Amino acid sequence: MASVIEETATTTAPFEPFLTASVGREGAWEIEDYLSRGGYTGWRRAVSELTPAEVTDWVKRSGLRGRGGAGFSTGTKWGFVPNIPGPKYVCCNADESEPGTFNNRAIMEWDPHIVVEGVMIASYAIGATHSFIYCRGEFGLAAERLIQAIRDAEKAGFLGTDIFGKGVDLQIEVFRGAGAYICGEETALLESLEGKRPMPRSRPPFPAVVGLYGRPTVINNAETLANVPFILKNGPEWYAAIGAAPNCGPKIYSLSGSVNRPGNYELPLGITLRELVEHGGGMREGRKLKAVIPGGSSAAILPATLSDGRDAMDLVLDFDACRAAGSMLGSGAVIVLDETVCMACAVTRFIEFYQHESCGKCTPCREGTIWMLKILERVTGTGGTDDDLFLVNDLASHIPGRSLCLLGDSAAAPVMSAMEHFRTDFDTHNATGHCPSGCIPF
Amino acid sequence: MIPNPPTPFPTREGGGNTEAYVLSDTTRAAIVALKGKYPKVQSAILDALRLAQDEIGYVPAEASAEVAALLGVSPHHVHSLATFYTMFFTQPVGTAIVEVCDNLSCALWGSRRIIARLEEALGIAVGETTPDGSITLLRTIECLAACGGAPALRVNTTYYEKMTEEKVVALVKELRPGKR
Repeated sequence: MASVIEETATTTAPFEPFLTASVGREGAWEIEDYLSRGGYTGWRRAVSELTPAEVTDWVKRSGLRGRGGAGFSTGTKWGFVPNIPGPKYVCCNADESEPGTFNNRAIMEWDPHIVVEGVMIASYAIGATHSFIYCRGEFGLAAERLIQAIRDAEKAGFLGTDIFGKGVDLQIEVFRGAGAYICGEETALLESLEGKRPMPRSRPPFPAVVGLYGRPTVINNAETLANVPFILKNGPEWYAAIGAAPNCGPKIYSLSGSVNRPGNYELPLGITLRELVEHGGGMREGRKLKAVIPGGSSAAILPATLSDGRDAMDLVLDFDACRAAGSMLGSGAVIVLDETVCMACAVTRFIEFYQHESCGKCTPCREGTIWMLKILERVTGTGGTDDDLFLVNDLASHIPGRSLCLLGDSAAAPVMSAMEHFRTDFDTHNATGHCPSGCIPF
Repeated sequence: MIPNPPTPFPTREGGGNTEAYVLSDTTRAAIVALKGKYPKVQSAILDALRLAQDEIGYVPAEASAEVAALLGVSPHHVHSLATFYTMFFTQPVGTAIVEVCDNLSCALWGSRRIIARLEEALGIAVGETTPDGSITLLRTIECLAACGGAPALRVNTTYYEKMTEEKVVALVKELRPGKR
């Protein structure tokens, strides 16, 4: 998949993409190509010049925050791992399946070594000697490329025993999933890796203390780890200067929906939606913005006019601004919806997804998603009643915070936000029994 | 996705160690070799089920029982994983599985027209297999992570992006038996 990266004329500092620089270039996945670009410089520096604590400190100072959704400081997360003897693990979460997100697949297929090197550095920082990349089952090519990258790194002496003669041992294994969205949830991922049904665990204890096989474990998103080699290579200050603190570094925005050129756009954190849409060639057929989902289907839907009266096009796409606007940056999957899209139909499609992917462990999520789907299907099918809309909203409001993981919360967020901002779409369905716009072309 | 119909639990005692094996010697050896791959053997179940499915085309109850016997884990546990994950099929499917992404980003770019055209060209509905057993058509509930190339679909492990009605008709011709 070719991603489209353009000149960032609208941002203040000149920015050269580095995470997606090789996406779309034939042969970029070969180790010779990666080495010619200065690959494994960061790994060599970490092992030869720095202590594990110093590596963690560098990542902390770089301001890198988790790209998987929470936006938590990566260095701080590594710091939670207790310094005790015995096995520890790094698990790279490459089970990318949040609707609208497609940046992990791009970097793993085209430039797998940046992810592998990131896993190596994280492993050294926490003292892991055996680490895993949990690759989504559907990603056959990505898994193949990662496995080849690991083999080549072993041959080059970057993995194995006594790496660089410094007494560091490390092996990395690619673990392939088999089709379950829930495996992207970190504790479900651990269960899946342990060969159990992937159902989330109760926290505490957190994985940093009791994780894979009951041992301290760090779980980082593939995009997060892909940043790490560059921090080690160029220094934390260089990295922290990209974007606007405390939202440092570039983000690969996965732009999709009603724009002319959907694709991955690597830009410094802190650009506005307007800038991103311009990179994506503008709104499709010059239509007007109706709503935006800034962080994948789990994020609350924001209307074209934000609650503080601002135009949503002026929304700053970083962790804190999206949260302040009542949604979240999540995985950076920006789904743009234009004026022709019926929000009732859009939300029903999301709930179909969550109902299918709920693992069934916690009652509010398992039963809540299925009943929300049944009611919404009636509304968007032949038309429902006002009572249906009251009921689905009431149901949604009782799901968040009552399950072990956030899947149920993620299903409730789009329903409640759509009901709040786009009630007329639901009402029209009820009144006419038809979709007001026929937005999803049948 | 095809809903997994209830399948009987493996009934043979110990699973596959008494009668004829359902898996070839090569696959059996490959599964046994997985035992040392992870710190705990249970972690190898998904890899083993994948090997079994690669050989048979789906995972019948006898195959998951045999996987369990080879790895030395409970057959019921293996069966519970085979039925949880959507990429394992407990019923026979076509040799080519066409999965059309139908999540929102692809739907906005016309995935439903793609599905309708595929149904027409193949003469089957979503969830069905062509009578000759060559092609199974599915619509995904999950997102295929190819929204930049919407509408997208997958044939077995290969992604096809920016699909049009013309392109899918051409694809169907390619997938017909004798063409592959």
